[in-house]
Amino acid sequence: MLRLTINGKSHDVDVEPDTPLLWAIRDSIGMTGTKYGCGIAQCGACTVHIDGAAVRSCGVTASDAVGKNVTTIEGLAANGVLTAVQKAWVDLDVPQCGYCQSGMIMAVSALLKENPKPTDADIDNAITNICRCGTFQQVRAAIHAAASA
Amino acid sequence: MNYMPKLDRRSFLAGSATVGLSLGFHVPFMSSTSAQGAPEINAWVVIKPDETVVIRIARSEMGQGTLTGLAQMVAEELECDWSKVTTEYPTPGESVARKNPWGDFGTGGSRGIRTSQDYVRKGGAAARMMLIQAAANEWKVPASECTAANGVITHKASNRSTTYGKVAAAAALIEPPKEVPLKDPKDWKVIGKSVKRLDTVDKTVGKMMYGADVRLPGMLNAAIKACPVFGGKVKSFDATKVESMKGVKKVVPVGDNAVAVVADTWWHAKTALDALPIVWDAGENAKVSSESIAKWLKEGLDADQAFVGNKNGDAKAGLSGAAKKVVAEYSYPYQNHACMEPLNATALYTPDKCEVWCGTQHGQAAFAAALEASGLPASKVEVYKYMLGGGFGRRGRSDYVTQAVLIAKQMPGTPIKLLWSREEDMQQGTYHPITQCRLTAGLDDKGNLNTLHVRISGQSILTALRPEALVNGMDPATFQGLNASGEAAIGYSVPNLLIEHAMRNPHVPPGFWRGVNVNHNAIYLESFMDELAKETGVDPLEFRRRLMANHPKHLSVLNAVAERIGWGKPAPAGQFRGLAQFMGYGSYVAGAAEVSVDNNKVKVHRIVAATDPGYAVNPAQIERQICGSFVYGLSALFYGECTVKDGAIEQTNFDTYDSMRIAQMPKVECIVMPTGGFWGGVGEPTICVAPPAVLNAIFAATGKRYRSVPLKNHGLSLA
Repeated sequence: MLRLTINGKSHDVDVEPDTPLLWAIRDSIGMTGTKYGCGIAQCGACTVHIDGAAVRSCGVTASDAVGKNVTTIEGLAANGVLTAVQKAWVDLDVPQCGYCQSGMIMAVSALLKENPKPTDADIDNAITNICRCGTFQQVRAAIHAAASA
Repeated sequence: MNYMPKLDRRSFLAGSATVGLSLGFHVPFMSSTSAQGAPEINAWVVIKPDETVVIRIARSEMGQGTLTGLAQMVAEELECDWSKVTTEYPTPGESVARKNPWGDFGTGGSRGIRTSQDYVRKGGAAARMMLIQAAANEWKVPASECTAANGVITHKASNRSTTYGKVAAAAALIEPPKEVPLKDPKDWKVIGKSVKRLDTVDKTVGKMMYGADVRLPGMLNAAIKACPVFGGKVKSFDATKVESMKGVKKVVPVGDNAVAVVADTWWHAKTALDALPIVWDAGENAKVSSESIAKWLKEGLDADQAFVGNKNGDAKAGLSGAAKKVVAEYSYPYQNHACMEPLNATALYTPDKCEVWCGTQHGQAAFAAALEASGLPASKVEVYKYMLGGGFGRRGRSDYVTQAVLIAKQMPGTPIKLLWSREEDMQQGTYHPITQCRLTAGLDDKGNLNTLHVRISGQSILTALRPEALVNGMDPATFQGLNASGEAAIGYSVPNLLIEHAMRNPHVPPGFWRGVNVNHNAIYLESFMDELAKETGVDPLEFRRRLMANHPKHLSVLNAVAERIGWGKPAPAGQFRGLAQFMGYGSYVAGAAEVSVDNNKVKVHRIVAATDPGYAVNPAQIERQICGSFVYGLSALFYGECTVKDGAIEQTNFDTYDSMRIAQMPKVECIVMPTGGFWGGVGEPTICVAPPAVLNAIFAATGKRYRSVPLKNHGLSLA
């Protein structure tokens, strides 16, 4: 049994310590906003924040997250109020299928926390999530919109 | 090597089942969930007392915006308040029970809007007429004196008004009108507007439910492995080796070619599956490799027999009399769809009912698959559709639905969620078909293109998936974009033209794929056009224009991109330009690219795209489809290749099957230029112009002509 803190709430999770954090979140805790895309930390669909930093949750174990604050897409909008990033996403109609967008939004949120006014080059370096629908042009515009909100 | 295509029973059944079932079966009406209890005006429109308008959408949303676009079509005629519109999917079971009032659920071939626009608009118009009639009856005035706008019905003469929500119950009882006139397009107010998508908020807060997110009480999770060699079977597996592993509930065979482990969590299921000893009977196909397939296709370039898809004049005579002949050979590989959401379906089977929860591009095909796999009658089968985490053609197949039901059947009463690993998804695809192409041109002494012979050799999708659509053995879809006329017509007039297909069907299953046949055909033809322009010393735009006098719509989109990118004027320093135009899915498309090449790193700076889809229902969403299709198309051009070794696909995940990232995204400028009078598609047509425009720009930059995909095999990568 591991104790995980997800979105400020404590969960006792019955998983082996080496279970990927992704599957502890999805299957054991039952929060499905964090997506499985590749399982090898390539695509970024499973991105969460661990102590504020963007992490691909398929590539870390549940035990790695013990004692740390994990934030998932569900924990981003405090009290149901969208963050500037989420609002920009809605205003610019960014998502297509939307499956990668939880991870994309988490990656972008972490970037903007660290670098509130990223240049295009900063975005290129920091955001490496795969989107097969191809929302990149809208993602870039929404990052700039969120940064100037 | 087994070259005979396997007839796919499920897709065949899908086509026939919908018709057969709708005629032959009667089951109790099962109402859609969210609109339950509220008055249904007709199959398309439910109006709740709080004025919420629920528009039913039969086609599937997978990111392409069809949910919003189709709602716009209904709302346009309904004259409702757009801000009150929500949508829901009718279920395939309900469709059967009600004799198919929603028509085709299939969502592929960029058909979502263009092939249902007429009847969905009529659905909205008929509902409006019934709502007005209900108000008129209440007021005892002629309906013709009443008008409706924004969900409010007004009788001006008596200064009375009411709302849709108030008269909906009465309207639901009114006989549907027989004559349903539609608005003139010039009067459209909602169609043609870039209204926001209806499904965005849930996708930004993690609430949108995809098939992979389904959770049911008592549900178990399954991981599956099918024989990596297509056509192979399971010889044996040793369940005792994994049955005691944590969380494992059962190890089950699935059909004759796969094994699944069912466990409490998916991670437990996958971990046990990875440890499960499975012996495969790979069969003869294990001898097939990419090299053997390439050799076989190459022979097709010279084969005596080939299907003729388009022909005029006498190409043979034209070539023998040509002042100059130009020959080039191209090729295009197998490619996986790689939807972000790996394939999955959840099934619950009891002897009395089989229910399936999944994302599917074809609710009716998924229903037919569940019907067949469960062995239950239609009245006891239901499919609930969820948002698709990408489709691109792959979720038009129902193999994963069949598997989920076959597993659930072995554990009656327990809901089973089957989720493919990325590796399974990559290796059990239905791939972009593989082809080679030889193009031979005959030029006269003035450099005019007098003769063009295009010989394609390779795989046919229809032979594998819809053999009933073959025409005397020929696969018409192979000639997409190269036809004499129709929705995928060639844009050039050549006095002597011969376009042929030598069909070669390797054992790797092909499937529809975003754009699919236009993707390679556009690379072949549009690269070759540039080669000919170079040979004759004519500007590539001018060379094309000379052949396009009889193709004004093709020419118009080409001219539009040429003008916008500044063709004929200097490009930015160090950048080079390329052009392409094509037609598919009823729409005319063109692209112009600006690239620079530094040390084999290709930077695509900008692509200007133009499309004439006839009518533009939601221009903002069309722009997103154009941008998105270029990501898919350029990923395919630079990285997309599934190779075959010992009969199986070698690539397993995104580390070996790469996809472009935001850093590599060009600036895309879209020109949406609908000319009216026809309905073209949006999701797929544009994808095919980006690769040849970029290839032609790379040639302009480097003098090198790359004739095989992907470009990574030539040492090139996207910067």
